[in-house]
Amino acid sequence: MMQLTINGKPRSFDPASFSVAHLVSTLALEGKRLAIECNGEIVPRSQFTERQLKDGDKLEIVGAVGGG
Amino acid sequence: MSDLLKIADKTYHSRLLVGTGKYQDFAQTRAAIDASGAEIITVAIRRTNIGQNAGEPSLLDFLPPEEFTYLPNTAGCYSADDAVRTLRLARELLDGHQLVKLEVLGDPNTLYPNMIETIAAAKVLVKDGFDVMVYCSDDPIIAKQLEEIGCCAVMPLASLIGSGMGILNPWNLQIIIANANIPVLVDAGVGTASDAAIAMELGCQGVLMNTAIAAARDPVLMASAMKKAVEAGREAYLAGRMPKKLYAASPSSPSAGLIA
Repeated sequence: MMQLTINGKPRSFDPASFSVAHLVSTLALEGKRLAIECNGEIVPRSQFTERQLKDGDKLEIVGAVGGG
Repeated sequence: MSDLLKIADKTYHSRLLVGTGKYQDFAQTRAAIDASGAEIITVAIRRTNIGQNAGEPSLLDFLPPEEFTYLPNTAGCYSADDAVRTLRLARELLDGHQLVKLEVLGDPNTLYPNMIETIAAAKVLVKDGFDVMVYCSDDPIIAKQLEEIGCCAVMPLASLIGSGMGILNPWNLQIIIANANIPVLVDAGVGTASDAAIAMELGCQGVLMNTAIAAARDPVLMASAMKKAVEAGREAYLAGRMPKKLYAASPSSPSAGLIA
């Protein structure tokens, strides 16, 4: 089990480790325009496949919304 | 007529910049923005909803980034660190996009900007390669400092965000415009078309607004009104208004040839 904090909420996942790309597809966010920060550092989209997540990682997943 | 707005080496035909918040739905957002003629539109950066409505449309579906120049903002940020972090995420989100709107607020009730934090964030962002359009108070000294830091436009408030109070200190705006070597745009406080026209008549290079359009009874019609107001104000500024005087020294019709 791997425990991640995503957008402030704790979430558990079955495999002990997987990539950011895998997380994106697990969360049904594939194809959406988003940006991801892991432990305060941006993970560039080009690194989603290679970047492995580990237990305790804190992620922010953001998108563009209406605003002034 | 080639009177173009130039920001960070890119030119725009429209001098009206609009926000994308507070509309009923995305269809209305799109209709209002089309009516406004705006080419630059602001967006906010927020946490993505996870696990809910995976297939639901997003703002970007209605306003494709290929059609508009996105201006990601830092609305809701109360510290320089949060603002910088937000805009770095925005840059990643928008494939290296550099033009941003920096705003650091100081108080959740008035939404008055915190200029000390804003200046700190502006320094970091300019050094990091961003083209920073900066929301600021209408203090001429602060505006000049932001220019010296390397911001590509200063955007003083006309009055408080969402207040619709119009231009409360045209004199300060005039000083800021007179001293500036970068575009000055009024951001925040515009309530109706005449406010936008006055901002342009003062010599602003553009006007940024959201609530004045979105909170109108008919947002699409108001967007059209704002487009005309900004154009009319700009033309009046370029035309050069007649001097004000207490009474006319000479009438418009001839004094000679009267029948009696």
